[in-house]
Amino acid sequence: MTRSLWGVGALALAAGLSAQAMAQDPVKVGFIYVGPIGDYGWSYQHDQGRLALEEHFGDAVETVYVENVAEGADAERVIRQLAAGGADIIFTTSFGFMNATVNVAQQFPDVKFEHATGYIRADNLSTYAARFYEGRMVAGHIAGRMTKTNVLGYIASFPIPEVIQGINAFMLEAQKVNPDVQLKIIWANTWYDPGKEADAARALIDQGADIISQHTDSPAPLQVAEERGVHGFGQASDMVQFAPNAQLTALVDNWDQYYIDRVQAVIDGTWQSQDTWGGMAAGMVELAPFNAEAIPADVLAEAEALAARIRAGEVHPFAGPIYNQAGELVVGEGEVLTDEQILTMDWYVQGIDDRLPN
Amino acid sequence: MDVVVQIIVTTILASTPLILAATGELVVERSGVLNLGVEGMMLIGAVCAFVVTMETGSGTLGVFAGMIGGVVISLVFAVLTLVTLANQVATGLALTIFGIGCSALIGVNHVGRAYSGLPKLDIPGISDIPVLGPILFRHDPLVYVGVAMVAAVWWFLYRTKAGLVLRAVGESHDAAHAIGYPVVAIRFAAVAFGGAMSGLAGAHLSLAYTPMWQEQMSAGRGWIALALVVFATWRPWRVLLGAYVFGAMRMLELHGQSALSLNIPSQLFTMLPYVATIVVLVIISRDAMRVRASAPACLGQPFHPRG
Repeated sequence: MTRSLWGVGALALAAGLSAQAMAQDPVKVGFIYVGPIGDYGWSYQHDQGRLALEEHFGDAVETVYVENVAEGADAERVIRQLAAGGADIIFTTSFGFMNATVNVAQQFPDVKFEHATGYIRADNLSTYAARFYEGRMVAGHIAGRMTKTNVLGYIASFPIPEVIQGINAFMLEAQKVNPDVQLKIIWANTWYDPGKEADAARALIDQGADIISQHTDSPAPLQVAEERGVHGFGQASDMVQFAPNAQLTALVDNWDQYYIDRVQAVIDGTWQSQDTWGGMAAGMVELAPFNAEAIPADVLAEAEALAARIRAGEVHPFAGPIYNQAGELVVGEGEVLTDEQILTMDWYVQGIDDRLPN
Repeated sequence: MDVVVQIIVTTILASTPLILAATGELVVERSGVLNLGVEGMMLIGAVCAFVVTMETGSGTLGVFAGMIGGVVISLVFAVLTLVTLANQVATGLALTIFGIGCSALIGVNHVGRAYSGLPKLDIPGISDIPVLGPILFRHDPLVYVGVAMVAAVWWFLYRTKAGLVLRAVGESHDAAHAIGYPVVAIRFAAVAFGGAMSGLAGAHLSLAYTPMWQEQMSAGRGWIALALVVFATWRPWRVLLGAYVFGAMRMLELHGQSALSLNIPSQLFTMLPYVATIVVLVIISRDAMRVRASAPACLGQPFHPRG
């Protein structure tokens, strides 16, 4: 549908037509992505969510997206353009869009905004994120049980809480099942540079790592793992076609159901500002099918059981006792880290031989 | 020992796209043209190589497609800057932006497809020699093409008459024109050669280095190649050396974190190639003679044929 028709929608809204009449018009949903949808990672998965909306609602929704939006002033311009163009709800899908989203939300009180991974909310601004660290726990279990060299490799992007949560959850569980395990971490200082990610994987494998975990977005590390005959975990998307032998499972972001629920709420008129932080139970974090060829049957069964217990809420990745690198008790037996503590995590658990970049 | 060998092997691999693109750009700049569109040409080369390889199943055809893609887009630049005399800096930047978008468009249906990678050299007996085998005889073909092209460009520039003419055009296009050399035609050829080499560098990225297509997968290597030409003070063999130095810095950054536990911020290594380039620029710029001896005098200047 063209921009002029969007304008008509906005006019209708301004004229205050009855909700009945409005229901006839498709709901306009806007998305902005920080990367190209062709990154096959973060932005790609958000766009899969957009496509799921179109499939679920058919003609009842209309979606529009803008990709490759730089964080900062440009983002504000793009979001404002979407809002002025008559969007009913706008999803801004990167942490760095926070200030821009807040500013535009103030100017368009009738438009609903949803900001991914942020923490500022308003009456018309919700936030949402996923507990990716739950999936890391299962990966850590498989890695700890399967490694032959007892060296695990981890390609990290930036030292923000989300990434540190993943490293800690991975290592806590790996140590639990294999006390001799060692974790080597390389900070790539990028979310996305296939060549550098591949080089990091090569460096880790050269140093003895036989299982590679990554918190960067391209399938390049897995391709290297495939070539070198070691194993790894896919990130954000199921990357099995790049590494049919090497990928053990992948931590898949799945926004489909969340987007469908939120747009349904707009259609029903029940949308409210809220904070959503869903994990495996909510289906926001999924595990790609386990590689039964590579994972021994007993480990596979353990991993499946662990995933089921996380989904059921019986296991928490950050259940005490947890010690930090200095050997201080952070959370005691029988307790778990609070969401606040997880959201601000800036320390490594005991057993990680690395210093956090400042 | 094994780790050292592996570091050398990965350094050679990481340096290859830089060598290919920088060698091409060196010839372009030696002819007096500054083409800042290397990043865009690399991406076009990468996507053309990948798409053709996936459609035909032939990596060889893919490599040629990458080169052709690079040439075609570089000729757009040549027409704009050499015929219509558009500003070279602005046109080169536009070429990069165009290349990013255009490559994304061409490759839209090939994201998420996997390719096994160009075959690697495997000479029975020789490739299995300890240490030397993996370092010298177990790479993909474009690694050898890169080194061969450095030698070929050196021979062309310093041992052939055509190379002398090309350098003369870069030093003083008015003088070359007065003697009767076709300045614009020579520059067209140089720009096309640069496009082919950038395309080849892109093909190495999408077919060998990380065999897949993803948008903006060159991730700034085109800019490093541009810096490398300056770092090498426009000399072919120094391009080779500089590329290995830049590649080694990259591997040192990665190994330094996980093996050596150096407490050096990795961002420092990321910026080192650029810092090194600036240092070289400062050193050669301090002395007017050095500037004249290094940089082509007509670099970036439009040529208005008179008479």
